[in-house]
Amino acid sequence: MRKVVRGFYAIAYAVKLSKPNVICAYPITPQTEIVENLAEMYANGELENCEYITAESEFGAASVVLGASATGARTFTATSSQGLLLMTEVLYNAAGMRLPIVLAIANRAVSAPLSIWNDHQDSISVRDAGIIQIYVENNQEAHDMIPFAFKVAENKNVLLPFMVCVDGFKLTHAYEAVDLLNQEDVDNFLPPYNPVVSLRIDKPVAMGCYAPPPTYMEFRVALEYAMERAKKVIEDESKEWYEITGRDWGAHIKAEYCEDAEVAVIAMGSIVGMIRDVVEEMRKEGMKVGLLKIRTYRPFPAEEIRKALTNVNKVIVIERSLSIGSEPPVTLDVKSALFGHSSQEIHSVVLGLGGRDVPRTQIIKIIKEVYEGKVKPGKRYEGLKEFEEVIP
Amino acid sequence: MNDIRSYFGPGHGACPGCGFPIAVKITLETLEGKAFVVNSTGCLEIVSSMYGRNVWAVPYIHSLFENAGAVAGGIDAALKALGRKNEGHVVVFAGDGATADIGIGTLSGMFDRNHDVLYICYDNEAYQNTGNQQSGLTPPGASTTTTPVGDLLPGKMGRKKDMIGIAVAHGIPYVASASIAFPNDLRRKVKRAIEFEGAKYLHVHAPCVTGWGIDGKLTVEVARLAVETGLYPLVEYENGRLVRVMKLKKRKPVEEYLKIQRRFRHLFKHPLGEKIIKELQQIADENVKRYGLEDEG
Ligand SMILES: Cc1ncc(C[n+]2csc(CCOP(=O)(O)OP(=O)(O)O)c2C)c(N)n1
Ligand SMILES: [Mg+2]
Repeated sequence: MRKVVRGFYAIAYAVKLSKPNVICAYPITPQTEIVENLAEMYANGELENCEYITAESEFGAASVVLGASATGARTFTATSSQGLLLMTEVLYNAAGMRLPIVLAIANRAVSAPLSIWNDHQDSISVRDAGIIQIYVENNQEAHDMIPFAFKVAENKNVLLPFMVCVDGFKLTHAYEAVDLLNQEDVDNFLPPYNPVVSLRIDKPVAMGCYAPPPTYMEFRVALEYAMERAKKVIEDESKEWYEITGRDWGAHIKAEYCEDAEVAVIAMGSIVGMIRDVVEEMRKEGMKVGLLKIRTYRPFPAEEIRKALTNVNKVIVIERSLSIGSEPPVTLDVKSALFGHSSQEIHSVVLGLGGRDVPRTQIIKIIKEVYEGKVKPGKRYEGLKEFEEVIP
Repeated sequence: MNDIRSYFGPGHGACPGCGFPIAVKITLETLEGKAFVVNSTGCLEIVSSMYGRNVWAVPYIHSLFENAGAVAGGIDAALKALGRKNEGHVVVFAGDGATADIGIGTLSGMFDRNHDVLYICYDNEAYQNTGNQQSGLTPPGASTTTTPVGDLLPGKMGRKKDMIGIAVAHGIPYVASASIAFPNDLRRKVKRAIEFEGAKYLHVHAPCVTGWGIDGKLTVEVARLAVETGLYPLVEYENGRLVRVMKLKKRKPVEEYLKIQRRFRHLFKHPLGEKIIKELQQIADENVKRYGLEDEG
């Protein structure tokens, strides 16, 4: 059913179709409307076999879904920015306990200074927790990725939390025509959650044990192996998704016009749409430019990126976050993927932090300058004003 | 003849004379093992749940130091959603630090939502797992590693938080204090608690031999003196009303409780010691009045 809906509704509706047992969250802009929509569905009796819990904080919300997930429930939570930072301790714990919690992140900048607007600093900051992270470019993809996330997270070869990262406001509040899934298709794709271990009286287990040095390391490395296995599962499920819906999102990356590109632009999230537009226009003008959209930031698709960039000479990484004191995060991963294999020029371009507008002309300028060899490779900031440092 | 099952241990690594295993065993026996146990980070967790050496014969989960209330709420929600409510009770065992300090937010949330959870705080009056640092439930005058005795200071300044009052103020159906020195009373309170649907709070005084500096043989004796001096009143609230208290026949002066514990020993020498002892006596007197611990006349 094709309908013009806002992003938060597309997400909430997909959550409902995924038949969660426990939903728990805490309001924060721009995530709030996702759980408000779910609360409304709950109040109208549209969520069967489901408890909707209002938590006292994001820390509490994450802990509630942790307890519920450990009991064998399918669980969902959502947050942004400060809320995600507050959840962090619980999320590391949930990943370590191999609980397939699904989270929607309405991506928002982090404080200080306080900002409610979009960038990727929040979700990027928990990249090392053992959580699958997918960044979507539009609300159809956000909608599709919710049942997809449950399916992958609950796969016995994976069992990791899964984060669907959706650009705050830019997508969450945008109106878009979305093909809303129907219950039958989702049911066919996503079977009920059947946990490997859970808290039961008839089969008591202890979860969340502590591990001394002779046992700790294996648990943590096992997370790494699970993330590695998730790659194949994501590929397989993406194929199945295509068969059911006819929508081919690619699995880990989506490379367009890269085979013969002189310059390829790497990006994640909603900005991909505009970059594609620019790239297609430049192609028409005869410029050999390409686009590489990263979907899964964790597990990071190093091999796929390497392959896609085989014939590319210059790479621009569009960064919507920082790793203060080092190079921007996506750049680091891209560089490490290419290191020892090829020697492309890497341009790391930080822009649009805290919702700063990224005009189309800026993207055109960035690509042209690199294409024409007018700038040296390395890190730079676009759209940054001249400023004097002040303590906010 | 295997009718007395142990739901906790054998093999736990608590110190000889440690108080909390008594509370855990009594609770689980009373519930006949029909319990989903949630445990905060702390001594109990460390002595019972090392990987490969789990001593719990009931479903058990440890997540973090400060989220047991919320995790328990999540289990309750899941059992409801999955139609498994009849399987058993959700029971938290959390330390005083986990309960009254770092986890009080998630505890308050759990109370506020009135989850069907029995939350048991085992109160050993400091962060014992990390080596006896003060908590909000450390009593005045106690020497801990973060409230050490010095020329200027006589141990902890400030009072012990009133967790019973805090729990009652949330309007939950059942709130009580108990002590490992009174096992029958504790057993009865666990039984009574689970008759109520919703959030139940049970605060159990449980001495720590190392942190308090007591002889392991004296654990029960020390805990009993806390009650008999009026410093640790045993009270019971149902639906917000005080319904029962343990009466004190011959109340003892607080010194009798203080003098057998190393953490208070300095009070009998320190220039400010007398003042603190007076303060403690006053707290006991207030408890007697507030809860009517002594029979009038
Ligand atoms: C967020 C966080 N801060 C600090 C710690 C360190 N820590 C672990 S247990 C503990 C004290 C536990 O005290 P309490 O709850 O009273 O339980 P006890 O060990 O006394 O039984 C502390 C400070 C931690 N695990 N997590
Ligand atoms: Mg303690």
